Amino acid sequence: MEWLNAVVQGIMLGGLFALFATGLSIAFGVMRFVNLAHGDLAILGAFVAVSVTSGLSLNPFVSLVVVVPIMLAAGYAMQLGVFNFTISADPLPSILVTFGLGVVIQNALLETYSADSRGLDVGSIEVESITLTDAIAIGWIPLITLAAAVAVLLGLQAMLSRTSLGRAFRAVSDDPATARLMGINDRNLYAVAMGIAFATVAIAGVFLGIRQSFGPTDGPAQLLYAFEAVVIGGLGSVWGTLVGGLLLGIAHGLGGQFEVSFGYGSGPLLGHLVFLAVLATKPTGLLGRRDA
Amino acid sequence: MSEHRVTRSDRQSRFGLATFAVLLAVLALLPWWDSDGSLRVPLVAILYYLALAQMWNLLAGFAGLVSIGQQMFVGIGVYTLLSFAEDFGVDPYLSVLLAGLVAAVLSLPVAALAFRLRGGYFAIGTWVIAEVFRLIALESGFLGGANVRTMTRASLGGYSVDTRNTVTYLLALGLAAGATAIVVLVLRSRLGLALRSIRDNAEGARGLGVSVTRAKLVVWVISAFWTGMTGAVILLHNPSTRAESAFSVLRWTALVVFIAIIGGVGSTTGPIIGVVIYWCVREFLEDAEEWRFIILGLIAAAMAVAAPRGVYGLLQKRWTVQFFPVRRRLVGPGVGAPAPPDEIRTPSQPPK
Amino acid sequence: MTLLEVRGLDAGYGDFQALFAIDVDVAEGETLAVIGANGAGKTTFLRALAGQVPIRAGSVVFDGTDIGAVKAHRRVGLGIALVPEGRMLFGSLSVRENLIIGAHAGREGRWNLDTVLDVFPLIRPLLNRPSHVLSGGEQQAVAIGRALMSNPRLILLDEVSLGLAPVVVKSLYEALPALSEGGATVLLVEQDIGQALAVASRVVCLLEGRVSLEGRPTELARSDITAAYFGMPAGTGSEAAG
Repeated sequence: MEWLNAVVQGIMLGGLFALFATGLSIAFGVMRFVNLAHGDLAILGAFVAVSVTSGLSLNPFVSLVVVVPIMLAAGYAMQLGVFNFTISADPLPSILVTFGLGVVIQNALLETYSADSRGLDVGSIEVESITLTDAIAIGWIPLITLAAAVAVLLGLQAMLSRTSLGRAFRAVSDDPATARLMGINDRNLYAVAMGIAFATVAIAGVFLGIRQSFGPTDGPAQLLYAFEAVVIGGLGSVWGTLVGGLLLGIAHGLGGQFEVSFGYGSGPLLGHLVFLAVLATKPTGLLGRRDA
Repeated sequence: MSEHRVTRSDRQSRFGLATFAVLLAVLALLPWWDSDGSLRVPLVAILYYLALAQMWNLLAGFAGLVSIGQQMFVGIGVYTLLSFAEDFGVDPYLSVLLAGLVAAVLSLPVAALAFRLRGGYFAIGTWVIAEVFRLIALESGFLGGANVRTMTRASLGGYSVDTRNTVTYLLALGLAAGATAIVVLVLRSRLGLALRSIRDNAEGARGLGVSVTRAKLVVWVISAFWTGMTGAVILLHNPSTRAESAFSVLRWTALVVFIAIIGGVGSTTGPIIGVVIYWCVREFLEDAEEWRFIILGLIAAAMAVAAPRGVYGLLQKRWTVQFFPVRRRLVGPGVGAPAPPDEIRTPSQPPK
Repeated sequence: MTLLEVRGLDAGYGDFQALFAIDVDVAEGETLAVIGANGAGKTTFLRALAGQVPIRAGSVVFDGTDIGAVKAHRRVGLGIALVPEGRMLFGSLSVRENLIIGAHAGREGRWNLDTVLDVFPLIRPLLNRPSHVLSGGEQQAVAIGRALMSNPRLILLDEVSLGLAPVVVKSLYEALPALSEGGATVLLVEQDIGQALAVASRVVCLLEGRVSLEGRPTELARSDITAAYFGMPAGTGSEAAG
């Protein structure tokens, strides 16, 4: 029963990982862009929510209405003003720019908010849960997080497959030069994609902040989890991202069972090992396209 | 026999080599006139950062392996030294060599996994693997990474403080000079030619029988070996550590990357310029570590967009300088003026 | 009326210059064929007109406006469409989506999904297929249809016949008059000289990046074309043309 509970809680945590992975997956899918500042942006989003909730005395859930548009605009501007200049056959400039950006965000947050841990307080719902059996109870917050992840991914899937924007994203992903011949402004489309990526990662950051305490230097760990979820699920697959997130969450949940004997690193360590096992045996991911 | 030959040196690069030989000699003799160590002690950090930057430069600038996991080899070096010298009583200086060997051996399985990823995903993949090593060091009772561990007097052998400081300084100098020499030698070797052909056109290089993976693997192992030894020397210099600092991505990769980028990645001289700039920034912002990272990070990010070949690349645009003889040129009757200096030639991209 | 006026055009990739001082006029409504051997610069010429290759010198005036500095994705809105060499359909898009995305620039005109399918009825049963399962000829029809969907005033066709069976080429070329009747001016690049001469009202021959011959097919001697194609003095190449 204890193990089953670990799996259930892992699935809930996996929802958060999938939410983190979504933005990374979008940027890679549309423009083969790997954003190493992704995790730090999530933490930045959470800190923006801290300021918004205390400044406007809003509930953290409501603060999303402010935080998400801010991050969307930031992503759009960042791509147009900086990232677009690094897109080439050589991946080095984009890696360096985003890696540098991540380090700058981390240290700027340390300067602004100090190294103290923070949390986003949503009231009594934080401790409420649904009791399934004597040994298994699902917290409302993890459940809402998982639901949000599924909703974001469903929305993304619908946008990609049904709208003209989604069609343009897929066309640019296939072949940007030919997409330009259709009158598609690929650079502007990249900015839209990065805006969406920033928005989803801000949602992930706020949910992280509601679920647990966080600090300015927590970003890289979130980047690694997001990346692992994307690779486990398979590059370029929306549902792969969800599956990858859930599997990674289960690995963390099961690894957590060894906390007493091994230490607090056991959850993340088992997560990393599952990722490496997938990389060793099926590098294209479980649901990946062969060409990705 | 033809009068034409391929040469790598010219008057300028011979002058450059001579300058560096003199500089190296002065630095090597430093312990004998800097008796109180006021120059040597701060120099050690500059020197080991140069060694780390050259090794990252070798990977990212020449082999296309943009690693964000260099902290794993530093950490492996640190804990190998601790284990051998502190726990098993092996001579500390022999343990430095062993630290490099252990890092080199462990780099093989790391490569087997990470080489399946490309570009940005390779970068994050190496970071994940570095995290695995950090977590193992952190949670393992034997290595004791959760607590501060210190190289005790006993494990440092019977050497006096003065001797230890001098040896640490000379080791750091040797690692820095050696790292630079390794980059020069690799570029001059067949391996360097293979790497260049891979960088210009990986498919074409494969077609010519260049084993892309083998060439990258050799460079990867060399870099791990040298970075591991550097990690051990870092512990000799600063004998207390724990897993968080031994495997710190900020200290052992981010700073190193910034130094290489600002100075100029893909050249042998760039990291030397970068480390000098780092020294200046550190002097100005001695007590503000966050601001140091913010300023260096912003400069590096701006450089990556606007001047991908760093300060060295900017200098080269104005003056044709080449210090190290790494470029091959054809000389002889009828061969025109030497080609413009392009240690890194970015191939113009024909559209798809 | 002159729709396109090219003067002194230089263009190329990196260190390689492919076109030298090209002068070409295209009148509205005509079908101009650009012929030439492999590497003569035909494809570069079309790509320069579509904005895929930067112009180094000279001017390209389209409908009275100099478009030399106009980005590729804006030229579609002005009414220039390129059917690229190798078809270049979007593999993740269905055939229907490939056609619809051609209308992305939103130009009004007579071409829409129905009218395009009338010209290429063979596509109709394939609409919901992924584009990568189509045969070469079907893909080429979709590629031309996709360009038509943008309601171009000038349609640039690059090597329509490349790699296709003669019978397929024939059926594709039979659709060309419909393009002209729809109001489009056609500029086509072709290695198959016979095919090009049959449909074109005027021919320009490129040789090593320069215009080596220009005229109406009916007025040109075959030996002149051969000489211009292979770069031999006029009258010596009568045996070689294919």
